[in-house]
Amino acid sequence: MNYLNEDIDSLNEKLAQGTLSADKLAQDTVENIKKTDEKLNAWITVQEDAKPDEDLDFANNKLAGIPIAIKDNIITKDVKTTAASHILDNYIPVYDATVIDRLKKAHVTFVGKTNMDEFAMGSSTEHSYFGATHNPWDFDKVPGGSSGGSAAAVAAGQVVAALGSDTGGSIRQPSAFNGIFGIKPTYGRVSRWGLIAFASSLDEIGVMSKRAKTSAQVLNVIAGADDHDSTLSTRAVPDFTEYIGKDVKGLRVAVVKEYMDAVDGEMHEVIQKQIDVLKDAGAIINEVSLPLTKYVVPDYYIIASSEASSNLQRFDGIRYGYRAEDAKNLLDVYVKSRSEGFGEEVQRRILLGSFALSAGSYDRFFRQASKVRTLICNDFDKIFADNDVIVGPTTTTPAFNIGSEISDPIKMYNNDILTISANLAGIPAASVPAGLVDGMPVGLQVMAKRFDEGSIFQVADFIERNNKFYEKTPAGMED
Amino acid sequence: MNFKSTIGFEVHFELKTKSKIFSPSPVSYGAKPNTETNVIDWGMPGVLPYVNKDVYRLGIMVALATHSHILPTTHFDRKNYYYPDSPKAYQITQFFQPLARDGYVEIEVHGKKKRIGIHEMHIEEDAGKNTHGTNGFSYVDLNRQGVPLLEVVSEPEISDPDEGYAYLEKLRKIVQFTGASDVKMEEGSMRVDTNISIRPAGQKELGTKVEMKNLNSFEHVRKSLAYEEKRQAQVLLSGGRVQISTRRFDEATGKTVLERVKEGDADYRYFPEPDIAPDHISDEWIEEIKSSLPRSAEERYNQYVNEFGLKEYDANVLLQTKESSDFFDKTVAAGADPQLAANWMNTQVNGYLNDNRVELADIKLTPENLAAMIKLIKDGTISSKIAKKVFAETIANGTDPKKYVEDQGMVQLSDTSVLEPMVKEVVDNNPQSVEDFKNGKDRAIGFLVGQIMKQTRGKANPKVINQLLNDELQKR
Amino acid sequence: MEITEETIKHVAGLSRLEIDEKEIGKVTEQMSSIINMADQLSEVDTEGVEETVQVVDRDTVFREDKPEHWETREELMKNVPEQANGFIKVPVIINKDEDE
Ligand SMILES: [Mg+2]
Ligand SMILES: [Zn+2]
Repeated sequence: MNYLNEDIDSLNEKLAQGTLSADKLAQDTVENIKKTDEKLNAWITVQEDAKPDEDLDFANNKLAGIPIAIKDNIITKDVKTTAASHILDNYIPVYDATVIDRLKKAHVTFVGKTNMDEFAMGSSTEHSYFGATHNPWDFDKVPGGSSGGSAAAVAAGQVVAALGSDTGGSIRQPSAFNGIFGIKPTYGRVSRWGLIAFASSLDEIGVMSKRAKTSAQVLNVIAGADDHDSTLSTRAVPDFTEYIGKDVKGLRVAVVKEYMDAVDGEMHEVIQKQIDVLKDAGAIINEVSLPLTKYVVPDYYIIASSEASSNLQRFDGIRYGYRAEDAKNLLDVYVKSRSEGFGEEVQRRILLGSFALSAGSYDRFFRQASKVRTLICNDFDKIFADNDVIVGPTTTTPAFNIGSEISDPIKMYNNDILTISANLAGIPAASVPAGLVDGMPVGLQVMAKRFDEGSIFQVADFIERNNKFYEKTPAGMED
Repeated sequence: MNFKSTIGFEVHFELKTKSKIFSPSPVSYGAKPNTETNVIDWGMPGVLPYVNKDVYRLGIMVALATHSHILPTTHFDRKNYYYPDSPKAYQITQFFQPLARDGYVEIEVHGKKKRIGIHEMHIEEDAGKNTHGTNGFSYVDLNRQGVPLLEVVSEPEISDPDEGYAYLEKLRKIVQFTGASDVKMEEGSMRVDTNISIRPAGQKELGTKVEMKNLNSFEHVRKSLAYEEKRQAQVLLSGGRVQISTRRFDEATGKTVLERVKEGDADYRYFPEPDIAPDHISDEWIEEIKSSLPRSAEERYNQYVNEFGLKEYDANVLLQTKESSDFFDKTVAAGADPQLAANWMNTQVNGYLNDNRVELADIKLTPENLAAMIKLIKDGTISSKIAKKVFAETIANGTDPKKYVEDQGMVQLSDTSVLEPMVKEVVDNNPQSVEDFKNGKDRAIGFLVGQIMKQTRGKANPKVINQLLNDELQKR
Repeated sequence: MEITEETIKHVAGLSRLEIDEKEIGKVTEQMSSIINMADQLSEVDTEGVEETVQVVDRDTVFREDKPEHWETREELMKNVPEQANGFIKVPVIINKDEDE
């Protein structure tokens, strides 16, 4: 079965009424994935023996027995976890990420691990050792990335919810490209224990689903303090579903001039239309400026790559992962295992990061980037002093063709210009479907101040109820 | 030409915690390889460090004991390098904002006092251990990975090998008496790297530094520095240049041997550790630690010599370890006479430890029991001869000396009304001894004392019998 | 700024990556354009600005010093490519100068 017209609430109702069993749900889900994934390649591992927990309490636990997809950079005990890399293509973890632990306690059903750009480095899910994922709206297009597998799986109705990770837009951009909702919570809201690190100061686990409420329900379970992550906030986690179904009257909405200038034509119109809907509903629209927007791409690529160059050193062929077969001495083990194990894009980022941190470059690159990051944070603080949310486009264009940008890294990097700032500032941000441009979905990005995911759910749910994008079926999924 | 030496030290101390610095794996020695490790120590994908509070507490103790300035905000950094015993291929250390800076220790060499500056000290994680096989393979054990270290970096203010030796001795003693580390070079809980450069007298800028790592003993440090002074002088005098290099001390020849030449500084790509938030060290916490800081060896020495009147030698023996000094202090606190306590500690107790190859912590003797036994001697309840038996029992089985003496009927006989008739009898029965005594033969008394001891099975108080015998013999 | 093949080779060495001699020209060119894109940041006036290296909302987060046993050695060894007697086995280091 597929979930093109389902969400957690609707499935839970069937399970509670007994018109559907959790076992059947699990089996059907796996079968549907196997059938539809030939064209999508959204999954790296499908757990064919997926089984729901026993004695599920459907009346009190809406997540009970709900099949959920997990991005393959999130550690799952005894289930292969690869980060879409050759260097980990046989890696079987011996522990669970905190988010997995919490979902297990909530008795969801695990059905497998989704495709992604290797080590979450990319914006198209083409940089995967397991091949590119295809966009369900048009199989010739990319699903975005790096959480492209999770996004395509949700958009194609393979699951109702998926976990992704977002370091520079990796949840929001694929959500926009696939016409679904996806949220990157505040840095420090969700434990990073068990998330294979790309850039530690930017990485955040989040949720993707067709409906905003579904993500709120999952986020309720995975968010909050954890003894394994000392950078995690200890603030109380509100019930995010309480922000669903509200109006937006009096809400102060900032529109960033530079973000709107980055889109034109039909794309600009679709986004502007969503802003007008908010305005008509009584929201106060304020035009603001983020003058450093042109610097966020270089700032991000220095910081993210520097951290990545260090984080990825542990993949050395010694304790786990791929070890080059013809390695005769220790240096060979390192150099051959890494050179053969990492893909081209990962190696590029490692080189950039090692360069930015190396003697003689540190001040000009890493230190300068850390200072510019302060200025970017300050600009957001100023906007949020007078505004509740920022809205604008999630991406500058709809999904592009597979193969069209992969040979031009700088062009690829510039895809992230509208999403990166939220990671640098650690603020929560989401993408909610705004409409179609040339038959492909585009997203409205909603950002809020730190730890105010609630306002994001409020706005996204309002937009969603207004444009009813969730009623649309991706072209590739129509039978 | 005359040369001046400039010597510096980087000393690593293992801090005495129960668990590792960033993971809760137990810290223990001699465990089977890779058994005291977890996913954090292995640098598995997705793991995060979590700081052990006690590492800071112990580090702050050493900072306070060396008069260092503790930074209000510290932050961990990553030092990136590849080695099989370093699972993440970076060491979490403190580079930009260390725990403390600008401390000093005071040394005395050839009767002259000198202050040696401490540039900084930082906390960091230890690496695992590599064992190199002869078959072309190395074997990695990660049990030591993540053991907390405190690295103390001196200012280059040490000008000869003797000062270097004195600095290490003093630093070791200071750290030892905070209780923050075991400071045992043979077990690796204290590790010494040193560097030395020489320059012609009068020249301002320092010469080229040569490093020597992981020296086995302070004596090796002194010898290798002395050798380097001469070797470098010869190089310069013969018109050569000293190379930036690492050298090794060869025990057999007493010489240093070139290990590798460095081409400039290693590129460790230090940057702030993003997985750990900054740590603010509050004044309240520093005060709290300060008030719990054990007394320094120096303070204790002054008390032992000036207040207790111990000989310098005895005081120094007691101060060889914090454990023995603590034991002594507790024995005195339990009411023992300090001089007697020192004598027993330095002879009988140490003898027992040496004979049985054990440490104070391993034996059953308590300061309270040692004090109780010393009190029994002091108040004449037992003789020092009996005391040896009591001691043997107490140290072996932890028996309460007072109870033991009572149970065994070992209480010393000092009652003159009991002893007087015995004395009379023994003098009556030994006319020859009376004769000898009159002729001035001292041995006579000894013989008579022995007779009484035999009769009382050693329990008679020798002092009292001596007095009584003297009186009795005078009368004859 | 000018990026030379030497620089890229040095950085690749630090990163334990090998670049094919035939590719070095191409890689240098590409890395040069990425580095110069990144170098646009030099235009931003950051005089007197503090650095932001993380955006956490708490500090001084400590764990009590309590030892715990988590995984067994057998579990931890599961993914090791080569092992012997409870040790991780690796080819011995032949090049002495391990740090750059
Ligand atoms: Mg050092
Ligand atoms: Zn060190």
